[in-house]
Amino acid sequence: MKTGNIVEMHDAVVVYGDFPALAGMTFSVRKGEILLLQGPNGAGKSTLLRTCAGLTPIFRGTAEVLGHDLRTERDLVRHRVGFLGHSNGLFSDLTIRENVMFWSRLVDAGDDETEAALERMGIGGRLADLRVGELSAGQKRRCSLANLVVRRAELWLLDEPHAGLDGGGRDELDAILRQAVASGATVILASHELERTRQLATRVVQVSGGQILDASL
Amino acid sequence: MKSQSTLRIARVVAGKDLQIEFRSHVVINRIVPFAALVMVMFAFALDDDLLLARVAGGLVWLATLFSLFIIVQRSFAIETADGALDALRVAGVNPAGIFLGKALALVVQLFLLEITLIGAAIVLYRVHVEPSSAVLLVTCMFCATLGLAFVGTIFGGLAAGMRGRETLLPLLMLPAIAPVLIGATKATEAAFNTSGMVTSEGWPWVGLLAVFAAVFGVGGLSAFSSLIEE
Amino acid sequence: MYGDNDMNHDSTPDAVGGVATTTSRTIGVLAIVAMTWVLVSGLFLTPADINQGDAVRIMYVHVPTAWIAYLAFIVTGAASLAWLLKKSPSLAFDRVAGASAEVGVLFMAMTLISGSLWGRLTWGTFWVWDPRLTTTAFLFVTYIGYLAVRGLGGSPQQRAQRSAVIASLAVLEIPLVHFSVVLWRSLHQSASVLRPDGDVKMDGLMLFTLFSGVLAFTFTFLWLVIHRQRMLLMRDVVGEKGLEAAIRERRRDHGGVVA
Repeated sequence: MKTGNIVEMHDAVVVYGDFPALAGMTFSVRKGEILLLQGPNGAGKSTLLRTCAGLTPIFRGTAEVLGHDLRTERDLVRHRVGFLGHSNGLFSDLTIRENVMFWSRLVDAGDDETEAALERMGIGGRLADLRVGELSAGQKRRCSLANLVVRRAELWLLDEPHAGLDGGGRDELDAILRQAVASGATVILASHELERTRQLATRVVQVSGGQILDASL
Repeated sequence: MKSQSTLRIARVVAGKDLQIEFRSHVVINRIVPFAALVMVMFAFALDDDLLLARVAGGLVWLATLFSLFIIVQRSFAIETADGALDALRVAGVNPAGIFLGKALALVVQLFLLEITLIGAAIVLYRVHVEPSSAVLLVTCMFCATLGLAFVGTIFGGLAAGMRGRETLLPLLMLPAIAPVLIGATKATEAAFNTSGMVTSEGWPWVGLLAVFAAVFGVGGLSAFSSLIEE
Repeated sequence: MYGDNDMNHDSTPDAVGGVATTTSRTIGVLAIVAMTWVLVSGLFLTPADINQGDAVRIMYVHVPTAWIAYLAFIVTGAASLAWLLKKSPSLAFDRVAGASAEVGVLFMAMTLISGSLWGRLTWGTFWVWDPRLTTTAFLFVTYIGYLAVRGLGGSPQQRAQRSAVIASLAVLEIPLVHFSVVLWRSLHQSASVLRPDGDVKMDGLMLFTLFSGVLAFTFTFLWLVIHRQRMLLMRDVVGEKGLEAAIRERRRDHGGVVA
């Protein structure tokens, strides 16, 4: 790793078909930051998160995440990253507990870790025996966050994580993020929730037209 | 680094798929009855007891093929409904493990389907299975099912995701599974002792089915990550 | 980095306009000459068959196109495997695979149609279940599927990877299909070898014409593939230029200073 930064991106171009979602993105993220991405719809925030997660390939430019070159080692990045996009990644026929169990079994986490994650997100106990299909949007969101918690990722990439959560849920999410950073993780999130996230973030960045507009503190 | 053993991942994924089926009963309640109905429709269309008995082997596997598309699409619909396949990809879960897991879950569901269809053939088309042919029949079912599950998972994975891709599934799958249709039909006819075949003649066909399953099993394990990749 | 610049001097189209080079022109001329010879010889110079009469002349189209159909399949398969196996493969492999498939589908259709016509004229049926024809039919459908997969979109890299995998699966699956069909037909002993060219007595000129036919169609195939893959290259180059323009436009849109 050249600079020791968690993310190091230089002039990255990412395309969907003919459309350049990222048109020369240059930015870096240090370990332990909570970086907030702000900007209008279509600016490229979601694409940036997906690219850092190793989901979307880079067309041009360079990018390194957690020391891995995104052009050649995309799949290695994924193990160490936790991504939360617009959809929840849940199986509607299974219960909350079964959903989170699935993810924790994939990463070989124990049952007690699962229960702890459920408790933290306020969906433990009897609630966890309900089928996901029967839940409200907010409860589903909490479930997908619990999935994320059991992964113990080094880099958290969150796209509008507060959306759909009530006040209590949002407070809990903020606490989780702060705790993750305290344990050594780094967080990048995109949000339209200006008030709350500016308090949460250590740095704010404006994204527009597929590029960083300015990097202010 | 978390353990990414293919077998372990496969077990978890297969368990999840079967758990969903156990909970939602889609295959048992909807697809199996559909397939049984297809067997009845064949009787209407062909309308000749002697003929039906003779072609029973082929009809069982035709009905299986028709149902296969639906089962495969269902298998991947549960992943794409809420972005779960994407989530599995970004979590860096070993794609070979996902392939194997989904294929194994398909094997179980297909096996249930085939048992029902063979039962339907015995009842509706009046074929008999001697105890001595049972081994052939079960082995045939096992090898054919493996092959169908592997092919289904490969192309199902490719067809999942973007809208409009599902129509690609039958087109890609049918040429690939033609050998299974040929081999399984012949082996089943041998087990039923119809179409002038005796039980022992079925074994070479089972050999063909086994080779097919091996080829697509290996192919799927290596190719799956490229096919679900963005 | 992903934009491939493999327009080296050997294959650079000339400045006059058009995509021809010395190599492709030579092949083109050879193709025309050979085809003309086959046409003349096949229609007028070679004798009619004792059993089939003039219908045998379809053989000069059917057999070569069948051969080309399999050649195209092998080329697509080889190019796809090369893409998968090499460390940093050139997109040219993918273009050749695609061009060969497109041209191959054309020849496969010709094989099936000519075979069908031939069967009709000699045996009275439009279709015979002989292994070669049946396997060609499967190959045809498989390639339609392959071309559909090529059209799924994404960057040239993604398209190349996906298509190469599908083509490799086809390389595995077609021999299995052929083998199964051969086994299947071997059960039907009474239905004799239903191949119109099975009982044609061939004299020297007929053999030579057949051989020239294979050559002529091969040259045509090569010429078509070379030009098609050049057109695909052009299309990719244009696409890249369009992308550059799109990138510039997107950067202008945000109207701010870049950090």
